[in-house]
Formats: sequence, structure tokens, C-alpha cells
Amino acid sequence: MGKKTLDQAFEKTLEKGDKIFVPYIMAGDGGIDALPERIQFLEEAGATALELGIPFSDPVADGPTIQAAGLRALEEKVTLKKVLDKLKVTKKDRTIPIILMTYMNPICAYGIEAFAKESVASGVDGLIIPDLPMEEEERITDHLTENKVALIRLAALTSPIDRLKTIAEKTEGFLYAVTVKGTTGAQVEFQKEVGDYISRVKDLTTKPVLAGFGVSTPEHVRQLSEYGDGVVVGSEIVTCFHENRRDKITELIDASKRLPVN
Amino acid sequence: MNTSKETLPDKKGHFGQFGGRFVPETLMPAVLELEDAYEKAKNDPVFKREMAGYLKDYVGRETPLTFAKRLTEAFGGPKIYLKREDLNHTGAHKINNALGQALLTQRMGKKKVVAETGAGQHGVATATVCALLDLECIIFMGKEDVRRQKLNVFRMELLGAEVVSVDQGEGTLKDAVNEALRYWVANVEDTHYIIGSVVGPHPFPKMVRDFQSVIGDETREQFDALEHRLPDAIVACVGGGSNAMGMFAPFVNEASVKLYGAEAAGKGIDTGKHAATLTAGKVGVLHGMMSYLLQDESGQITEPYSISAGLDYPGIGPEHSYLKDTNRVTYEGITDQEALDGLQLLSRKEGIIPALETAHAITYAQKIAQTMDADQSLIICLSGRGDKDVETVRERLGGQVNG
Repeated sequence: MGKKTLDQAFEKTLEKGDKIFVPYIMAGDGGIDALPERIQFLEEAGATALELGIPFSDPVADGPTIQAAGLRALEEKVTLKKVLDKLKVTKKDRTIPIILMTYMNPICAYGIEAFAKESVASGVDGLIIPDLPMEEEERITDHLTENKVALIRLAALTSPIDRLKTIAEKTEGFLYAVTVKGTTGAQVEFQKEVGDYISRVKDLTTKPVLAGFGVSTPEHVRQLSEYGDGVVVGSEIVTCFHENRRDKITELIDASKRLPVN
Repeated sequence: MNTSKETLPDKKGHFGQFGGRFVPETLMPAVLELEDAYEKAKNDPVFKREMAGYLKDYVGRETPLTFAKRLTEAFGGPKIYLKREDLNHTGAHKINNALGQALLTQRMGKKKVVAETGAGQHGVATATVCALLDLECIIFMGKEDVRRQKLNVFRMELLGAEVVSVDQGEGTLKDAVNEALRYWVANVEDTHYIIGSVVGPHPFPKMVRDFQSVIGDETREQFDALEHRLPDAIVACVGGGSNAMGMFAPFVNEASVKLYGAEAAGKGIDTGKHAATLTAGKVGVLHGMMSYLLQDESGQITEPYSISAGLDYPGIGPEHSYLKDTNRVTYEGITDQEALDGLQLLSRKEGIIPALETAHAITYAQKIAQTMDADQSLIICLSGRGDKDVETVRERLGGQVNG
């Protein structure tokens, strides 16, 4: 459970010579009852871990695709509590590690301490909070350490080297290297500096480094995995589920696997 | 002078549990750069001179502290004074802050400015100073507000700004802030975000308060020159809370001065149609800060309502949350109808049509005046003039005034 589960899953993937692939889905997009089946699909398709977004009315780090998915989930009246409850009752049906991606406010409304406790009970292994930079993380870390859920830190293209070092030191599970100056959403191509940046971050930590934001094609998956240890794919996965084009999800995940040696 | 700005916020931008910096990592370097630039600028005599020069010769400061004789008689209690922020260039206090931040933008070597606006007052003030200082200016405004405030949209465009209509969410102020933040994330290296109130991540709440403190500093001196003492009470309206914070700051550590903030109670707190964040909100995180917020049980931000677009915000400056919890400032909701009454009263008694935002403070002052004596004094921060609201008021009053 928690950090350990994440570490083991990543280790296992990398040992095989594959790259880590973490798909993002918005919890409750398509209704809360669709969640267990989508988790199962991604697990069977070969995802290493799953990032599960909690809908929020004001998601400033997200672009149009994930904003729209969040609105759909909110229309279905999905809440953090409903997601945790659903994860709890389906805990035994899955082996894939679960990482919650939520803004701070739903956690505040839930109660920070209660949230930390309930996450563990629901089988949550990691946590990504996009509006919680390290300056404010004490508000939550005390409760988390106790409960052993990994707090995954984000590094940005704009972070100067001394910040990158601290972030790399502190991160648990993996280091999330944000690859665009902007919000989430499909990109056509990445700036040249991105490769250097991922390599630079990679040198600073022994934890896996995953590139995320804008990764939307099998080509991106291969290209960005080369510098680090894998990718997080959000908006494109959300779109594929919404438009029911699951074959494209499989293609994306397959792009993270080692090419068979002939 | 012993004012709150010397002690709070702490180094991390905290006012007690409130404030802080809840922004994506991509923005953190810019927020730290801004803090550094601001701390250097505020102690730099060159910057101070430049700021003072523009405030005097361009904005038209200092603004008068007007003794309101007929309003005093109408209230039948303490002497009423009005701090006349309505007489600033562009008609409200907003320009004090916009000017300060635009000068800071230049100092940081940035050429572009992004801002949000609700009713358009902060947008107009920002477009104005950007024209003055030759900065590129992009203003995000909710779709609904663009529709309601066509004239202000045109004003901003006349001033050379680009106005972007925001479709996301309900298309109002909070959505405009979200889009401005997203734009800033994507353009952070050459763009400064001129936030319009004492909200957002540190150092904005502190910096905006300091730029607006010119209101309180002048008031204190002017009142002292007239009455040779401190006032007994001060009232201001609060949306995000910048005019109130600027007015209160030099008085916060003067225990004898009672401070009051008027929130928008809209159609009444019980109806759910209001913007009374401190009265009915819960603590949470929005737009980079921890503060009281209007939200539902699961932490989704709810849409505020007020007749006055400038008070129509689901959050509040973190320092106000702190001042509420420490009982230093008393906050109370004033309804649309009460504000309309206040607006008419001031218009007829003093020949000043206040902004609808300000009208909330007038009515609250009337209530407070009932508890005070004739030898006491009460100052109202007259944050803006009402020209922009005349159409709204005409619609609401219908034939009432024509008789």
C-alpha cells in the first residue's frame, strides 16, 4: 500500500525494459459507476499506475479538455467522498496503484486529516495536488507521512535549479516533470528545451521521472520517455474515453513498451 | 506609524492560517520574483518618487475628505466624513493599485500585462495605466459581464487593450480570474498579472493593500488636521476587499477606531443569492490563497450574486478573513435593496451618486450611526462614483423616481 506499492510497480515496469505509463482519467466522467470498469480496462491494457482526477469547479492548471471532463463529472454530482467510497468498495478488484489528482479545496472541504485517513482506507497510493507548491505543503505532509501515501511533487520548466533540487529531493513515488509552460491539453510538438529539462531533472533524483502535460500521441510517448522514465497522459485519454475510442488508448500504452527483439 | 503592514503577513504571506501561495509550480518563480521586485521597489526612493508623482499629477491625489453635513443630519448621530476615492482618475480607488503594479511591471522589465475584470472598473484602470506606460494589455472578462458592461468593454478597447470574453464556467468574475491565471501560466516570462484586489497568492494581498494604503494614510492625516484626533469608526464595502484594506491598514493597530466592512447580501443571506463570503463562507483555497469562500459541501465554489458586479466574488482577501476571525473588523451583509436606498440617500443629500458597491457602505454606516453619539466621527470610504451603475439603478427603480 501507498509509497511502497508505487515504488514496486515502477520498479517492475522498468526492470522489464518498458517505460512507465500513467494514464489520467477524470473520476466520474461518464458517471461514478463507470469508474471501476475504466480502471480495469487501463490495468489490463498495461498501464503502470492510474492518475485519478477529482472534479473541481475552478481547475486553474487544466486546459479545455480536462475542464470539460470535470464539468461532466460535476453534472453527475461526483464528489471526492463518492470517489473515495467507490475506490473503497472496489479495492479488492484491482492491483493497479491509484494516484489521486485533486486541487486543495476539495481536500479542505473534506477535512485534511479525515482525507488522509480515508485515502488509505480506500487504497490510494499517491497524491498530486497541482496548486500546492512546496511552500505550502506542510499543511498536508504531516498527515500523509503518518499514513504513507506518496506526495508526488511537480517540477516546472520555469523552476530554477535550486528549486528543482529541493523538489527532486522531496518527491515521493515519482517526479512529475511538467513539460509545457501552460495548462494541461494536447500539444502538437514540444519545445526543444524539454528534452534537456527532463534529462536535467533526471540527474537530480533517484526516483523515476515522468513527463506530463501535452503528451498526446504514441510518438510523444516514445520521444519523451527517452529522456526520463515514462509519461503521464491526461487530456488525450480523457478524450478517448469520452469518444469511446479505446483502441487509441491501447496504442498509446503500447508505445511505452519495449520493442520486441527479433 | 504603527500599522498592520509592518507585522502581517509573515514571510510566507500568511495572515494567521489565511493567505499563502497556492499556485502551480510553473508560477512559483514569477510569484517569488514579484515579491523580490516589490520589496526592493517599495524601499527605493526613485520608485516612491515616481509613484507619488503619478498619483498627484495623473490620478489627481490627494482626494478630499469631505464633511457630509446633510448626511450627518439625516443619520442624526456622529459627524459623517467621506473619503472621496470617486474623484480619482477613472472614478474609483482601483487606479491606485493598477498604477503601482504597472510601474512594477516596467521595473521587472516586462512589457505585457494581463488582468481580470468583473464590472470593468479594474479593467479600465489597468487599460488606462497600460496606455500611459506603453504596456501591452490583455483583459479577461466573463462572457456574462461582457454582455452586461458593453460600455466598459468599449472603454478598454478605446484605451488600446484587448478584451477577451471568457466562456468557461458561468462567465463571470471568478472564471475571468481562472482564465487570467491560465494565461499567466502560459506567458509568465514576459507578462505580469495585475490582480485587481487584495486577493490571490502572496505577495498580491500585501502589495495591493500597500498600494491602496494611500487611502488610509491620507485619511488619517486629513482627519487629524480637522479634528486633531483619530476617528471613532470607519466603514468600507468589501468584495475582494481592496478599498477597505487600504482604508483600514493604517488604523488596524489603533484599538479605539472601530472598523466595519459591508458585504453584499444580495437578495438576502437566506435566499442563497448573495456574495457575503465572510458571513456565509467556509475556509478553503481558491485563486492562490486560503480564505473564506462561498462553496458547497464538497468544496465546489458557488456562484455569488449581487446587484453590484464589483462585489460579486466568491472569495475575499485573506487579511479580511484574519481580521474577521480576530474580531478586529465587524462585517455585515447589506442587501441589494438596502444598497439602492443608500445610493439614493447619498445622491439626494450630498449631490454624490456613489457606485453600487459603495452604496453598501453608506447603508451600513447609517446603521452604525444609530449606535454613536453626536460628538463622535464616522468616516465612509467612498470607493467609487456611480456613473457606471446609472442604467442598472434606473432599471431597478423603474418609475419610483419619476413621480
